[in-house]
Amino acid sequence: MGVGIEVTNLNAWYGANHTLQDINLNIPANHATALIGPSGCGKSTFVRCLNRMHETNPVARVTGSVRIGNLDIYADAKPVEIRRRVGMVFQRPNPFPTMSIYDNVAAGLKLNGYRNRRSLDEIVEKSLKNSALWDEVKDDLKKKSGASLSGGQQQRLCIARALAVDPEVLLMDEPASALDPVSTSKIEDLIFQLKAQYTIVIVTHNMQQAARVAEKTGFFLNGRMVEFDATHKIFTNPSDKRTEDYITGRFG
Amino acid sequence: MSTITFPLRSRVRALTDHAVTGLAITATAVVVAPLVAIFAYLVYKGASSLNLAFFTQIPKPVGVAGGGMANAIAGSAILLAVASALGVPIGIGGGIYLAEFGRGTRLANAVRFTADVLNGVPSIVMGLAIYALIVVPQKHFSALSGGVALGIMMIPTVCRTTEEMLMMVPHAVREAALGLGVPNWRSVLSITVKTASPGIITGCMLAFARVAGETAPLLFTALGNDFWSSSLNQPIAALPLQIYVYALSPYDDWHRLAWAGSLVLIVLIVLAVSLVRYVTSRGVLKGAS
Repeated sequence: MGVGIEVTNLNAWYGANHTLQDINLNIPANHATALIGPSGCGKSTFVRCLNRMHETNPVARVTGSVRIGNLDIYADAKPVEIRRRVGMVFQRPNPFPTMSIYDNVAAGLKLNGYRNRRSLDEIVEKSLKNSALWDEVKDDLKKKSGASLSGGQQQRLCIARALAVDPEVLLMDEPASALDPVSTSKIEDLIFQLKAQYTIVIVTHNMQQAARVAEKTGFFLNGRMVEFDATHKIFTNPSDKRTEDYITGRFG
Repeated sequence: MSTITFPLRSRVRALTDHAVTGLAITATAVVVAPLVAIFAYLVYKGASSLNLAFFTQIPKPVGVAGGGMANAIAGSAILLAVASALGVPIGIGGGIYLAEFGRGTRLANAVRFTADVLNGVPSIVMGLAIYALIVVPQKHFSALSGGVALGIMMIPTVCRTTEEMLMMVPHAVREAALGLGVPNWRSVLSITVKTASPGIITGCMLAFARVAGETAPLLFTALGNDFWSSSLNQPIAALPLQIYVYALSPYDDWHRLAWAGSLVLIVLIVLAVSLVRYVTSRGVLKGAS
């Protein structure tokens, strides 16, 4: 089951660049939450702070607190433990190029020392079914490389890979921006189904996408969160003038 | 306007296209020609002296017909095994450090600079250095010292190609592994190095082929001999050494054996490189690149 996320006074820097300033918000469990805003507004940096990927960049720095469930991720745990509980799907599909489809899905478990062959088989099958890819690949799981799939299939493979380690939260950083419309709609359908089991945070440039998949939407601008509310409220009756200007296309 | 100029310009473009293609083909031919010429000349000069005895017998004294270079072939294999056992792990380890752990640090810059300087050290100097460091204290020539000299010569090539190949692995692949909660060291070994492995193997093969033909570092270390020896503590024969000695000799039959030895050396290097490529490319999935 998914868990809620509580962000308090989060600040983040890249070198001298103050990319996130005083972010406070509560992301509800088992819902999809969309983050929108113009390029460079800090929304990608924000999701990277939720699984401590931000700090993999040597010049990056973070202050503030993030609670995922009842775990304070910057105080109570190591980054690798957090990242097993908070899965991430990136903007461009990034399957491991030397691995088969099967090994790609099993990678998170195998590389963390998990060796039980039979339950690996079950987890791989379940993860590929959950990411709606099973029927397309079940006959060449170990024969084909992950890189030989189409872009949309690769992205669903990456989702399966993230699901296989059984996370509580799934972060998606513009997961459909490199995909064609058919693949995009498959990913969106998938987000709908996955909400039942996971808390989903999705960064998107596509406002229709936010409106379609998310119950809650946050609008970021220049490193600050301008507004966070129910999605229909943000898109029909935003309380901040800047949000209204952005969604009506006056800038960004 | 465009309908008038278009046919003319298209003819110029077609001509330019042909000219550039022609240049590229010429350049390719110039690159390949010396290799083909050398190989053809070696076959012409050396093939007639090749027979079973060449691969099974040790050298005969001057004036006695027949004899072969079996001990030199075996000696080269032993020397190269020692060299690879030393040069490949140290080189790959250094390359991994440079690309993954030491990026931007002062130590990494120093290591990179040292590797580049080492790469430029003349091979005869390498031989002399090992002579002073190993042969003199031990008071005898040995296969071990020859292998060490060749191994040290392999390190910079292996190290720098490993680094370059690791740097070419896309950042997205590393992030994918870290995002799964895989510890950094594990991600480096199981994902990054594995993804770069075809290039790393090519680097090792380049270094191997280069030192396989080296004579100078062996002159004061392995020394060479005329009989069977598999001890790392004794002087040992090597194909390039044997070719060198035979080619400088005044005897016609030794000259012929030197030609045959050169041919065998080149063929063996090609075979060894192909074998390693074949073995290491199995199991890697088709379509992965």
